[in-house]
Amino acid sequence: MSIAENQPLYDADDLKRLRAARFERFGRWLLPVVVMIAAIWLWDRVVVWNEIPHFILPRPGLVLQTLISDWPMLFSALMITLQITMMALAVAVIGGVGLAVLFTQSRLIEMSFYPYAVIMQVTPVVAIAPLIFIYVDSRTAGLLLCAWLVAFFPVLANTTLGLNSADHNLRDLFRIYGASRWQTLRYLRLPAALPYFLGGLRIAGGLALIGAVVAEYVAGTGGQGSGLAFRILEAGYRLNIPRMFAALILIALTGVIIFAGLSFLSHMLLRKWHESAVKRET
Amino acid sequence: MKTAPMGQRPRVLDMNRVTKTFNGDVVALRDMDLSVNSGDFISLLGPSGCGKSTALRLIAGLSSTSGGRITWAGGQSENDLGVVFQEPTLMPWATVAQNVWLPFRLKGKSYASVKDEILEALRLVGLEKFLDAYPRELSGGMKMRVSIARAMVTKPRLILMDEPFAALDEITRFRLNNDLLTLKARIGCTVIFVTHSVFESVFLSDRIVVMAARPGRVIREVRVDAPYPRSEEFRTSADYAALCRDASDALREAMGETA
Repeated sequence: MSIAENQPLYDADDLKRLRAARFERFGRWLLPVVVMIAAIWLWDRVVVWNEIPHFILPRPGLVLQTLISDWPMLFSALMITLQITMMALAVAVIGGVGLAVLFTQSRLIEMSFYPYAVIMQVTPVVAIAPLIFIYVDSRTAGLLLCAWLVAFFPVLANTTLGLNSADHNLRDLFRIYGASRWQTLRYLRLPAALPYFLGGLRIAGGLALIGAVVAEYVAGTGGQGSGLAFRILEAGYRLNIPRMFAALILIALTGVIIFAGLSFLSHMLLRKWHESAVKRET
Repeated sequence: MKTAPMGQRPRVLDMNRVTKTFNGDVVALRDMDLSVNSGDFISLLGPSGCGKSTALRLIAGLSSTSGGRITWAGGQSENDLGVVFQEPTLMPWATVAQNVWLPFRLKGKSYASVKDEILEALRLVGLEKFLDAYPRELSGGMKMRVSIARAMVTKPRLILMDEPFAALDEITRFRLNNDLLTLKARIGCTVIFVTHSVFESVFLSDRIVVMAARPGRVIREVRVDAPYPRSEEFRTSADYAALCRDASDALREAMGETA
């Protein structure tokens, strides 16, 4: 043994590092929760101290009550919005990855269509949505189209970048072994693109929700099959402020869950080999 | 394939006045002649810009010659080449076994049908216990071993190595040099090895082709007649020291002409 028996196991630096790690572990969860509790408490106090009427700013408790009492209606609205979001995300993945593969296989196609993909991305969806609802009869199809428009570009851009970032020596190796275009795509380019694609997917998940909500605002018609955004609008007209807050909380929560879910998926797919998901010792 | 004369090993490849220019005026390689026989271990030794890597790329068919000819004895076949780059160049998403499977996989062979070859190749580089490991779990030297296993798993006619050990530490490098020779003795492969280390080239090869830069060209060939297998004793012998001096002189000549 090279370490003397009576020497402590950890030196001062080790202890400092351990303390920092422990703080990091708890702080990451604890601090946001503390901030939220403080904010809710402050909100409640502001309403009480200033005697603000509940149709202007409800107390947090009332919002929670509304969330529970309106749950059947809010839940079905949430399902509608979620359905549009998920379908848009699925189509964005298929379209984005498909187009990215086409782009990398043919310079001609890339040069011809890439500028239009960019134009579609930079034009605000609110500006296009009214036109879409004039020409598209089906409300669902219109919503889907809007959400897709916003969500597909990050998938396309990231996947294209990923497909082109395969190691050049590996590409040479594939050439030397006489790999076909399909083999190079299947065994080299697609796996190399996976981390980039998953990064794009995480962004697209949030954007699909934004696209769906914005489209609902524009589409605006109510009744059966209305999503959360329409419920917010409707509650606004009726000055039902607690319900507006309740629906808003649901939308925010949905966004967080989508992001967390996609992050988890990304971690599971990459944890064995990619730097972003591998835990380092040091 | 033509039958070789008595006492000579069969020809693998001929380079005949091979020239490579870029943009018509930058001469990367001029009039290179080289004959490779089966079982040869040839080092291309020279300063940077002498065209040694260009020569490898031409042989590998990754770029086309501007002049001269490269002829494979008996014509080109499906299994001419294995390549080891300066970096291990492994697929990070695939296990060690899957990486070694690659050359077979690209020829449409299932893993089960070539499992024995893959295991044998990994056994030869001492990594048979790491079949299911991912590259990131291996050290630099181990990754390079996987890369070597992949290059030789199909038993190609010629293995090209482009400064494979340049990025490794000295101790690992010595060990891999020894292992490479053991490997060569066992499977009798033919190797063209690019290096800028005099010591490495003398220890490993039976022929050292010394090259000079601007324009890239061959200036001398040094023969290393020491018998294989070579061991650590060779590294400390007077013969080795003398040969290193020869090769160094040739290299100095190469540098001097361009300085």
